[in-house]
Parts: sequence; C-alpha cells; structure tokens
Amino acid sequence: MTDWVTACKLDDIEQEGAIRFDHNSRTYAIYRGPDDSVWCTAGLCTHEAIHLADGLVMDFEVECPKHSGAFDYRTGEALRLPACENLRTYPTEIVNGEVRVALG
Amino acid sequence: MNGMVIIGAGECGTRAAFALREAGWSGPVTLIGTEPGVPYERPPLSKPRDGIVLRKPICPPEAFGNAGIHYLADCTARSLDPVTKTVTLENGEVLPYHRLLLATGATPRRLICRGGDRALNLRSHADAEAIFARALPGHPVAIIGAGLIGMELASVLIRNGAPVHVIDTAPAPLTRAVPSHFAAQLHQRHQAEGVRFHLGQGVAEIGADGVALADGTFVPADLTVAAIGVVPETGLAKAAGLATGNGILTDAELRSSAPDIFAAGDCAAAVQPDGSHLRQESWQNARTQAETAARNMLGESQPYAALPWFWSDQYDLGLQVAGQPRPEYHMVRRPLPGGELAFYLNAGQLVAAAGLGAGNSTAREVKLAEMLILAGARPDPALLADSAINLKSLLKSARAA
Repeated sequence: MTDWVTACKLDDIEQEGAIRFDHNSRTYAIYRGPDDSVWCTAGLCTHEAIHLADGLVMDFEVECPKHSGAFDYRTGEALRLPACENLRTYPTEIVNGEVRVALG
Repeated sequence: MNGMVIIGAGECGTRAAFALREAGWSGPVTLIGTEPGVPYERPPLSKPRDGIVLRKPICPPEAFGNAGIHYLADCTARSLDPVTKTVTLENGEVLPYHRLLLATGATPRRLICRGGDRALNLRSHADAEAIFARALPGHPVAIIGAGLIGMELASVLIRNGAPVHVIDTAPAPLTRAVPSHFAAQLHQRHQAEGVRFHLGQGVAEIGADGVALADGTFVPADLTVAAIGVVPETGLAKAAGLATGNGILTDAELRSSAPDIFAAGDCAAAVQPDGSHLRQESWQNARTQAETAARNMLGESQPYAALPWFWSDQYDLGLQVAGQPRPEYHMVRRPLPGGELAFYLNAGQLVAAAGLGAGNSTAREVKLAEMLILAGARPDPALLADSAINLKSLLKSARAA
C-alpha cells in the first residue's frame, strides 16, 4: 500500500532547488523544478553516499556536490559520469501548498 | 589491426579506456596497470571509515569484459618504441599500438634525509593500509608535509586518538593551492583539534622513535609519514626520447612530442596559452584529460580546456577550489550559511573561486561560480559579495550578455 507522507511546504523549497527529507531512517531529496513541479528521488548519489540536496539544481538536473555526477530528477536517470546507476524516484503531489511523497 | 594501448590504470587510464569506447572506437583497447586487482579510486584512501580503507573500484570488474577492454593487472611496461610503435612489457611481450596513451601518474617524492626510508608514503591502497594498520590510538604520528594529503591525514589520525605532529619547511600549511585565508582557517581548526605544528622546520633525521628537526627539536613518533608531494612518472617517456620537464610535455590537445603518443592525468604537463606547461594532480583533471585524450586519439582536435577543480575534506569541513586563485587577483568574499566563498577577479573578469564550509555546504555556489567563470562573466563585485543575490541570476545575465 502506498504510504503518502507530508514532507514539507512547497515554499520551503527554492524554485530550481532541492531540500533533504529524512523519513524512517531513510533519506530523500525533494526538488522544485523551474515550472514549480515537485519531484522526489532517493537522497544519496548512487556513486558515493553524498546528499544530492546539497547539489546544484539547474532546469531538471541535479548535480552531485562532490564528483559532479548528474541526474534527471524527474526520471532518476544518471546523465553524467561518474554516476552510472539511476536514482530511485517516488511519486509526489501538492495538496494545499504541502508536498506529499509516496514512499511505499 | 593494432589497437589503443593505455599505460597506467588509475583514474585517468581507466576513464580513457571507457571514453574510447564511448567515442566510438571498436578496435582493441589494452589497459596496463602495475597494481594487482581492479582499478580503484584514490580519494577514499585518505578517508578510512572505522580504520578500514575502502578499495572502491572505479567500475565493476565485469565492465571491462562488457566493453571489450583488455585489462592487464599487475603488469609493468618496460619500454616503448615510438618508431616501431610498440610497448614491451616486463615479461618480454611486445604490444604494437595504433595510438598510445601514457597515464602513468605520479609517485610520492622521497624524503632525502638520514632515516628517510622509515617514512611511509600515501599513494596506493597498499600504502594506505600500511599507514592505518600502524596508526593506533595513543601512538604519536609525525606527518612531514602540510599540504592537502598531510592535512587530510592529520584530521583522520587525530580523530582516531593518535597524537599528531605536522612538520613542514614552509612557514604555514597549505601554501600551494589553497587561498591563504582558508588555509589559515584550516590551520586553526587543526590546532583546535590538538594537532601540533612544527613549521619553518627542516627534518634532520628520522629515527625509530621519532623525528629530529633541523633546529634540534625532537618529535616523538611511532609512525612517520612523508607527504611532501609527488613527482610525475616520466621514466618510460624520457627513455623513449619524448620531451619531458615537470611531466610529459604535451600540446594543448594532449599529444606528446612523439607521433601517436598522448599523455594525460598526473604525469602530463599540457601547454597553456602563455606557452608555459601546467601539470595538475586532481581527480577531476585525471578524468577530464582522459576524455579529451581519448577523443583526440580518435582523430579529433580538441584542446583541453577544463577549469582546474579540486576538493579536500578535513574534519567536517569541505574545501573546493575552482580555477587558480592567485594573491594578485582582486578577492571578493561572500559569507554563506555554514561557510564562506571567495571569488577572484582578474581585471574585472571572474577567473577563480573557492569555498570552505561544513560538509558540502559551499559546493553548489562553487559550481555556479565555475559556470560563471566558463561563461566569461564580469560580475559586479558588490553583487558577488552580497549573499542575498542568487548566483544563478548572475549566471543567467552573464549568459544573456
């Protein structure tokens, strides 16, 4: 069963930005795109355990702050080495200005 | 058909092997490495977790087979002949090449003093294991060299409970590539953690129980590590008559002085627009030069133009430097939550940037600064200094200009 969790308010995330969200001892990254769409991926880079929310978000791409591996945060696709494994993604919705993610 | 041969299976050589495939080369690729086992990443070597030195493979072992890369581990190239276009291995085997890449890296500079052989070095996984196996809580360690490796090592060892002494002939730590005010902050942090510094001091002798300094001071140590820099591995190139200096000299497209032989990574000194040669020793340089060299080995003519970039982790502090900050540049400082940025302007143009702060807290801004530099931006120093101004907006206006 899908477990919808309220993560933050939309306004907590800068446009073209990301924040870290920890839940049940797991860590996620929640992104706000340039078009105000909201996305959620696993929080750590697949190359090394680095929090992606510290990385630069440009358009729909997040870049790992350590080794510059890059992902499309909408699909989780690894776009640039050294990251070669895709990120897991999670569905999101915005309800009354709150961001909810399905972590099932 | 003769294939591509790469000598050196560190970050650079390994990356080049895969980059050749990505760029469309379907002929043979042979990667020759002197160390046993699968090629591994070096950055984790100075950052063990719970005393365990991670041997993180650069790629999964099966990736070589999948990409049709012939990887020869534990194998040393004895000589190369640019006329017959062959490499001779230690076992006598002769490998002909179509194009050759020298990615031979660098080796630690040896300490020249009495007892110098007692000092361990940190370059390979085996080196790291030897150091951390001997670094025990309560047993003093002397680190000779207050550069990035020496300082990273000091931060790990003191947290492991070893008394740590850092010795350097320079009057301050991190004088080479780190902005001086960040170097001073890191120095203070090390002192606050209990690291003892002996600066402006030469080493007279390394004994079984410590290090005698030139002024007569004795630094007790059960373990001595020399971290006084590296020298490029140019032996093969020099013996084959290639032009060498501080590294294997290359043109802007990473070609050596011999036809069909390229050089990249720590061993390569690439010509700069002002005619000088620049040799870099960073993870990023190893990878990006590998990619440029691979494309040029396949007939392209791309000059290597990546901006130098490196990072260093000490305690919970992360340092990142993009470009080459120089004291003569105009420096603009910007405070950040948990850290600080420094921008460097040369005649109004942004040419370098650095950040120091908790964890990766400055990484995003350093990356944006790097993009501003590559865009040729001439930002208003007042805007750079103002934390309320988003660097992304400066980037958008720079790109629109």
